[in-house]
Amino acid sequence: MNINIIIQQVINFLQLGSIYALCALSFTMVYGVARLVNFAHGSIFGVSMYVLFFASTFLFERIKSPWFVYVIVLIIASVVTSLIALLLESAAYKPLKNAPKIAVVVSSVGAGMAIQYLILNLAGSKALRMPALIPNLRIELAGIPVPLYKIMVIVIAILTMVILNVIIKGTRLGVAMRAVSQDRIAAGFMGIDTGRVVSASFVFGAVIASVAASLYGTAYSIFAYDVGEGIIWWSFIAAVLGGIGSISGAVLGGYIIGAISIIAPILLPVSSYKDIVAFAVLIIVLLVKPTGLMGKKDIEKI
Amino acid sequence: MNNSKRSGEPILKVDNLQVSYGKIAAVRGISFEVYRGEIVALLGANGAGKTTTLNALTGVIPIKDGTITFNGKRIRNLATNKITEMGMVHVPEGRHIFPDLTVGENLRIAAYLYEGKDRNLFLERRESVFALFPTLKERINQQGGTLSGGEQQMLAIGRALITGCEMLLLDEPSMGLAPMLVKEILSTVEKIAKNGQTILLVEQNAMMAMDIATYSYVLETGKIVYEGTSDSIKSQDKIVKVYLG
Repeated sequence: MNINIIIQQVINFLQLGSIYALCALSFTMVYGVARLVNFAHGSIFGVSMYVLFFASTFLFERIKSPWFVYVIVLIIASVVTSLIALLLESAAYKPLKNAPKIAVVVSSVGAGMAIQYLILNLAGSKALRMPALIPNLRIELAGIPVPLYKIMVIVIAILTMVILNVIIKGTRLGVAMRAVSQDRIAAGFMGIDTGRVVSASFVFGAVIASVAASLYGTAYSIFAYDVGEGIIWWSFIAAVLGGIGSISGAVLGGYIIGAISIIAPILLPVSSYKDIVAFAVLIIVLLVKPTGLMGKKDIEKI
Repeated sequence: MNNSKRSGEPILKVDNLQVSYGKIAAVRGISFEVYRGEIVALLGANGAGKTTTLNALTGVIPIKDGTITFNGKRIRNLATNKITEMGMVHVPEGRHIFPDLTVGENLRIAAYLYEGKDRNLFLERRESVFALFPTLKERINQQGGTLSGGEQQMLAIGRALITGCEMLLLDEPSMGLAPMLVKEILSTVEKIAKNGQTILLVEQNAMMAMDIATYSYVLETGKIVYEGTSDSIKSQDKIVKVYLG
């Protein structure tokens, strides 16, 4: 293998890993704060893809500045998916506040299917091609041509993670989110409106999913109504691998799943064996450390 | 204790409070009052409904019936954070400190409602907490989860004080602590009350609680079976033997 291919594969890994990391992050945010596994999240991702597609198709015919269009469609997708996420929270989760956990899981799966088939009915089953959201220039990296959009996908993903980290560590809302995720009852005693913080986590999840969708659309362009399904499973696995609820764990899990998806097909005879490798890694990690790589066990001191 | 005069408007008035878990009645129509500056103890054995009462007061669990008046306002079924805002703060059983946050961050979160507007107030209150619990100052950068049980209890009380509450609800502050430490914590609670804080104390350790409480209520299976000044309860061997042994 020559150096050219290696560099390209490293970039492919960083690109895919960044997208998985973002998706896992958006998934883990809701789990961490609201303590519920939101399986409808994949459909939120799907809605985001379609909003990005229609909005950018419409705007690219009218506005010539691609970066401007990118920012606008990202905002539109974030707003639309945030509203859907809030609707989802009040329709599918809040009424089940005192129900057993499994009821909430079933409800989230059902809500996700409802949204997915709504997309199918409204937009049809035909696969679509996302317009180039990020302009595709070629740059040279140490003499090797690299498409700029791949670098931009990685940069935007990392930038999003950094911004998220700053919000969580430094802002009042972020501090409240950490408090609620660690101890919801005590957070209430501190005067934190836990219901609003949980809603905020749904909005965060939707916005991050929208950024991830824009990067996914840029990187792989072809998608259909069920695009969220595969993404949600892999990001769920990435989140569990890293330790669900843990933000750094989600990022780590995302890059590990990304690495497996790129490296396994090169080394193994059949490319779909990568799924076997990914699940094997997941099972081994969970056997050794049931809380995931960065997950913490809840320790109660008496 | 001498301050046994109970008159005027109570800061907290509970009337016919009822709480059920499903079909099981945990608190069956209790009424009690707490006056400003008092330490009032709720005593009784395990399962008497003490913790349930505190949880009902601060909106952690829903109330079936009854009225709760705090500072002249009805607070029945308000959200927990609203009750904190009004000045009644719960230090729960098991402390519930934030384990992954440092001592400093735990204290800062308690100023969530006002720190943005008045940082100096937070620093002032934090200093007075450090004066009560010097250990917390030494451990300011240590994660909450790594503290010992006694230190966690200090942190939980300190955190509640930083909210600026008018009334503290303390649930089993002595639980799981060595006898020496129990004394220390309870004498600090007494000191806090002397500074003007009103305290409702729930304890299984009835004798020690009555040492600092001015007035006590004895609960059994969700009902108040006896009330009086701590001294009058202590003098009644039967009560002590039957309910507080």
